[in-house]
Amino acid sequence: MSCCVGPLVADYAMSKLSADRIAVLDELQLSARKLLNGNSVILLSTPSIHCGNCIATIECQLAKISGIANVRANLSLKRVKLEFDGSQKTLSVALDKLEELGFPCQSLSAEGAEKSDPQLRLLVRALAVSGFAAANIMLLSIPVWNGAEGATKYLFHFVSALIAIPSVAYGGQPFFRSAFFALRHRRMNMDVPISLGVLLATGMSMYESFIGGGHAYFDAATTLLFFLLIGRTLDHMMRTRARDAANRLVRMAAKGGFVVGRKGELTYVAIDGLKPGMQLRIAAGERFPVDGTVVEGVSDVDRALVTGESEAMRLAKGASVEAGTLNLTGSIDIIASRAAKDSFLAEVTAMMSAAEKGRTGYVRIADRMAQIYAPAVHVLALSSFVGWMLWTSGDWHQSLTVAVAVLIITCPCALGLAVPVAHVVSAGRLFKAGILMKDGSALERLAAIDGAVFDKTGTLTTGQPSIKTTTIPHGPLEAIVKTLASRSVHPAARAYAKYFADVPEAELTGVHEVSGCGVEATSNGKAARLGRSTWVSEIATPNPKGEIEQGLAFAVEDGEVYLGQLAETLRPDGKWMVKTLQDDNIECHILSGDHHKPVAHVAATLDIIQYQSNMRPGDKLGFLNAAAAEGKKFLMVGDGLNDAPALAAAHVSMAPASASDVGRTAADFIFTRDSLISVVTAYDIAKATSRIVRQNFAFAIIYNVLAVPLAVSGQLNPLLAAVAMSTSSIIVVGNSLRLHFHKERNPINSPSTFEISNEIIEEQFA
Amino acid sequence: MNMLMILMPVALGLGALGLWAFLWNLNSGQYEDLEGAASRILEDTES
Repeated sequence: MSCCVGPLVADYAMSKLSADRIAVLDELQLSARKLLNGNSVILLSTPSIHCGNCIATIECQLAKISGIANVRANLSLKRVKLEFDGSQKTLSVALDKLEELGFPCQSLSAEGAEKSDPQLRLLVRALAVSGFAAANIMLLSIPVWNGAEGATKYLFHFVSALIAIPSVAYGGQPFFRSAFFALRHRRMNMDVPISLGVLLATGMSMYESFIGGGHAYFDAATTLLFFLLIGRTLDHMMRTRARDAANRLVRMAAKGGFVVGRKGELTYVAIDGLKPGMQLRIAAGERFPVDGTVVEGVSDVDRALVTGESEAMRLAKGASVEAGTLNLTGSIDIIASRAAKDSFLAEVTAMMSAAEKGRTGYVRIADRMAQIYAPAVHVLALSSFVGWMLWTSGDWHQSLTVAVAVLIITCPCALGLAVPVAHVVSAGRLFKAGILMKDGSALERLAAIDGAVFDKTGTLTTGQPSIKTTTIPHGPLEAIVKTLASRSVHPAARAYAKYFADVPEAELTGVHEVSGCGVEATSNGKAARLGRSTWVSEIATPNPKGEIEQGLAFAVEDGEVYLGQLAETLRPDGKWMVKTLQDDNIECHILSGDHHKPVAHVAATLDIIQYQSNMRPGDKLGFLNAAAAEGKKFLMVGDGLNDAPALAAAHVSMAPASASDVGRTAADFIFTRDSLISVVTAYDIAKATSRIVRQNFAFAIIYNVLAVPLAVSGQLNPLLAAVAMSTSSIIVVGNSLRLHFHKERNPINSPSTFEISNEIIEEQFA
Repeated sequence: MNMLMILMPVALGLGALGLWAFLWNLNSGQYEDLEGAASRILEDTES
């Protein structure tokens, strides 16, 4: 997590509320949907739900919490829907309870988990109606094919028409509308031949039925609609969900700030009223409303928005701050340097919107196919009509019958299924591998990449440092360290708290955080400090001034100074992933907002040759745009707020589930597992999918090549049409189902942790 | 022929019944958690 150093909680009675938790709560509350009765509803993703027992436990336990109106766990989607009174306290208790029960969760609304999608409901209803019609008309058609004659045949055709007309009118709407829209704009899409085929087939069959002879194609028309609606419904489910990441960034903006007047009085001014040159006072826990320069005070600032690093930076007089970053530990005064509309945050927001627009230029493979296919079909049908007119010297009835038969047989039934079925099956396969996909076209884009760009903190590493070794002896001192550490929001201190997780807490009084130094408290009348070594060693007896200058230290008054060695934890299988990708001729880059040294170290450990450090959001975006201008297609893997513009701009993007809300919204894929195998798995499945899609197209075209001559020569009858159409669709679906059995590649062991030098820790803690 | 006059409405009626049942299922949200429903019946406690 790179965005989660939340505001420091001053009241230590509430210290169970870690900074992480506050950030999560804020995020969740923003995503809640308000109900009419005043309650709010949120969706939580709880990947660890796996059986009926889990559902029962979650529902029973959560329902006991006061303020929670309704809980519903969903086993298939691994979600919990929570209806609560809207207060952050209830939410916090509920989250604690879930975690206690063993179900850690994440906000889901970022992935657009809206329940009712009117378009989808319409499609499913149309699907049901045309399915009903197709089955019943088929039932009536079989006797006709078997030779029913006279009044019986007439009756069957008549009843078929009665079913077909309303169901074609209802079920065909999505296609008719889209075709009409395309024609009005003088464009061509797949829906034009579909609509023509279905309407002409129905119309001609009606005419034939009433004059009491010939073939009726009601079954073909409705079956066609049924198959096509399956494809359309699946396709709709796979469509891009709105990328509103830019709107989420706006929430990072403060609504205003306190302006310091001449006599030191404070007045609250709304964001638009803040002008360059004004002096502002920012309290601990608030976000900076505008860019500026520090003129008074010292504080730690969470600059995750700019650098992606969760480690707070200590800023003193003269340092510049960016709008949207978070003031953590102390109140400071800044002089505004730019108005809010020109601020850093506004720039990033603008970058995101621009990047999101830029990517809509991608044309899906199915649409590219339609641009060739539709005109070809029309020309073919028209030329058959003209050909037959000449051949039979003006028998328009016969000629029209042939032309309609051509349109029916070429109606892109298998083509309509070719892409969506493959995408749905691979989305299911990806879900099983812990990867969520937000957009079907992302698979097509991922299969075509020739480079990959990684962020460091939170993506290649887990973003949370851990203690590797420490000189602290066993016994009461451990308890003091643990208690001190658990009261701090600093990531390094939290690493201590985690390291001593099994140690009981000690009784301490007067715990407080000293801005930019560490945590201090009194234990049995003696001061105890955890933090920067220079500050800690002030109270130690053998005061080794100048000797210990680095590392995260701990000491009790008049005691020894103890040191802990921090290690940044790499996500598992990073090295294997890089090697696998490089073997596939995909160049790997690291673009990090961190300092040169740790980036170089990670790059060396993972065998990545190309890396750049100190990258700001704009730099990452610039890198990707430059690559795109050269015609290179890059996959961006990142998690932080600072990666969001790059995620939105890259050819295709991926984020870990631990990523910031904005990062998750901007990415195409989200992987919920810790391991970086997910990147390779997603890439492999994308490649396999694109192979299957191409095979499906080949099948559909071969089928047309075989069937069209029959239609053109006037040999087509309804039975043949029904069999040919169904077979081609079944082949396409069956072929796509093979994706379900795709095997993941197995990684070889690779190192998971490495030491970062003390020098770096010092920089991060200072 | 007279048989058909009875059988055809019966067949269509059954089909229509199926269609109505499906639409009703869909609207009452019974397709939202397919695996969960299977497990729920095994639980004793009413939650």
